[in-house]
Amino acid sequence: MIEIVGLRKRFGSVTVLDGIDHHQEAGEVVALIGPSGCGKSTLLRCLNWLETPDSGSLRLGDVRIEAGTPQATDRALRQRLRRRTGMIFQQFNLFPHRTALENVMEAPLHVDRVPDAEAREQAMDLLSKVGLADRAHHRPSQLSGGQQQRVAIARALAMKPQILLCDEPTSALDPELRGEVLSVLARLADEGMTLLLVTHELNFARDIAHRVVFIDGGRVVATGPTRAVLDQPEHPRLREFLGLGRRTAIA
Amino acid sequence: MRRVQSLLLILLAWTAGLSSTAGAAPTPEPGIPQVLRWANDAEGGAPYIFHPAEQPDQLVGFEVELAQALCDRLGCQSRFVQFNWANLIPGLRQGGNFDIIIAALERTPENLAQVAMSRPYFTFGQQLVTRASDTGIRTLGDLAGRRIGVLASTLSHRLATRQPGLEVRVYDENVNYFRDLELGRIDAVLTDSPIATINLQGRPQLRRAGPAFAPSHYAIAVPLGSDRLLFHINAALGDLIHNGTLERIYQRYQLWDAAQAGLASWKPEPHETTPAAGPATTIAPNGTRPSPSTGLTLVTETSGSFGISGAIGATSTAEPTAVGGSVAPRPKAGLGRTLRYLPILLEAAITTLWVTLASMTLAMTCGLGLALSRCYGTPALRRTAIVYIEVFRGTPLLLQLYFIYFGLAQALGWNLPAGAAAVLTLGLNYAANEAENLRAGLEAVPRGQTEAAMALGLSPALTLRRVVLPQALRISLPGITNDLIALFKDSSIVSVIGLVELTKEFLIRSLDAGDYLGLGILTAAIYLAMGHAASAAARALERRLQP
Repeated sequence: MIEIVGLRKRFGSVTVLDGIDHHQEAGEVVALIGPSGCGKSTLLRCLNWLETPDSGSLRLGDVRIEAGTPQATDRALRQRLRRRTGMIFQQFNLFPHRTALENVMEAPLHVDRVPDAEAREQAMDLLSKVGLADRAHHRPSQLSGGQQQRVAIARALAMKPQILLCDEPTSALDPELRGEVLSVLARLADEGMTLLLVTHELNFARDIAHRVVFIDGGRVVATGPTRAVLDQPEHPRLREFLGLGRRTAIA
Repeated sequence: MRRVQSLLLILLAWTAGLSSTAGAAPTPEPGIPQVLRWANDAEGGAPYIFHPAEQPDQLVGFEVELAQALCDRLGCQSRFVQFNWANLIPGLRQGGNFDIIIAALERTPENLAQVAMSRPYFTFGQQLVTRASDTGIRTLGDLAGRRIGVLASTLSHRLATRQPGLEVRVYDENVNYFRDLELGRIDAVLTDSPIATINLQGRPQLRRAGPAFAPSHYAIAVPLGSDRLLFHINAALGDLIHNGTLERIYQRYQLWDAAQAGLASWKPEPHETTPAAGPATTIAPNGTRPSPSTGLTLVTETSGSFGISGAIGATSTAEPTAVGGSVAPRPKAGLGRTLRYLPILLEAAITTLWVTLASMTLAMTCGLGLALSRCYGTPALRRTAIVYIEVFRGTPLLLQLYFIYFGLAQALGWNLPAGAAAVLTLGLNYAANEAENLRAGLEAVPRGQTEAAMALGLSPALTLRRVVLPQALRISLPGITNDLIALFKDSSIVSVIGLVELTKEFLIRSLDAGDYLGLGILTAAIYLAMGHAASAAARALERRLQP
């Protein structure tokens, strides 16, 4: 359902994405791993056009965009792409001037023009699902980091995305708050949600990801089923990243 | 016999009043408007135009009564238009604001070059006033190296400037320099003789220095080319002079003197309009002016003590009559007296309030457009916004007001009403400030907010309206509130184009009441109340936008 071919992106003279290919089925959970600055966050942000790739093509369900063509600047097409993706940010990015409930209702109410009562009911259901029904009328400043990220997940789900893009969802959280967010994501994975996840939580990736993609220097260096990639790493860069040293050194 | 005469007079006056009030909508002569709008500045004070201290809601003065008598004569209605004195002539030339000026305008070549002027309605001289203790001063020449106070853009101002070695202090109105003279801030005042007459009452520390000199005339100004109107005004003025109406009005204000008798035989002579310098042309006491009329002796008998250079002692013994009572030494200021001005000041505060709120609305609207252009616009829009902000922030507000009110009329024929020009100027000026306040707010909203909104599928417009602007506004609000309170005070600048707002009303009333302390505190309290209401509203809004 998601197909990326030859995606490239440069920031000035720095090539961040150097021809990425990626394919992902509906219901598949994929973890993107790699060292800082390898381009994994940029890749994620290219998928909903928060960053504009320089070249390559992107297909998400029935939406297909060829980067670097006039079509890529088409606002309506970009909106359709964003309509099909949900994004979870490292810093949550909840709207601070609105309550948890209003944050979740915002997009259905104003983008899809869902009637107020319906949007409210759906938002309450989603808040219950992430365990925050009792915090519906709190402002983000009155919530803990973990609670804020759960509201952010509910907010993304409110638009019924086909894929949820998670950009290091637990990196800004204290260890004790990570669990509540990870368990919400794990439950989503169980329910068949398609997840593309940038993470440093390798144990979490091991638990819920069907497949791992290792990116280094703007390229996909290694990919495969989670256990194969994480437990029997072949590529020297991957071994280094996992802290295993060179295979030859072990042998 | 005298009794019968006065009875007859009263009857005559009564029937005349009856005919002018009961006469169903008198039709004025062609060329005369149904309602004749005459302009003056109520800050002019007694005896010209003022609010008597005991009846602060009434406007009186010899020019007010002259205007009424003139309009009665012309068969039209009289409407007073308040206008800043220094801007009367540009205001008349621009048109649309008022039809004529009756405001102690001198019949000088300078003025005649800009407006057409009627025959004179008042004759006066230049009177030098000093402290009584300063006995050495008799002429301008005695003042070398000393300070003299004059009213801006008057004959006195020109004469003082022409005299070498004087340090000239220019005032906007003609009462405060007497105060400064008493306090020793200046050493002399050069002013029109009626102003000297009225202000020397109750000021025993001051005296006339030498006789009045440089005779000149007040005349009514009409726009250049309004020959028909001028003809009718001249005719009506002639009637008022000849039938004694003018004399009766001036008597009430103790202004009638020998020199006024010459008004009847006035002819536009070349030397008439040229102010002579120095005391060579002194008007002798009790009027031995050229061509004295037959009524001269009678006139000098009845009001001789008010001759242009009449003695001060005689002045204070005269019994004031009717309205003239207000001209008498001012009653002491007190709380009760001060509070009587509260309704009047509050009414003026309404003008301040609407000018401020309308200007701020315009400023916020334009400021938002500018801030958005500057933050998100194309390079051309961005540059335009920057230039706009620099120009409006970097030039004086007063200059902008004159540019919009007088300049646009001159260049494009946009004859804006004073209120519109005031709101436009303040609004456009403050737009530059609000643009910068809002830009600070827009730039302070984290990038992640926009990204989150876009990722949810919100359009750029929705993102701005629902997500970025409310947060930016909260950040900008303290600065905007500051500006709103500053605007309450800055709005007083619009008085120069004729709007009577709180500060102008304070200036007019404190002059009339002779009370700067009480009225000053009252006025300050009203400003504080308005400013406090604004900041309370801002705090409430801030709380609502609080994360």
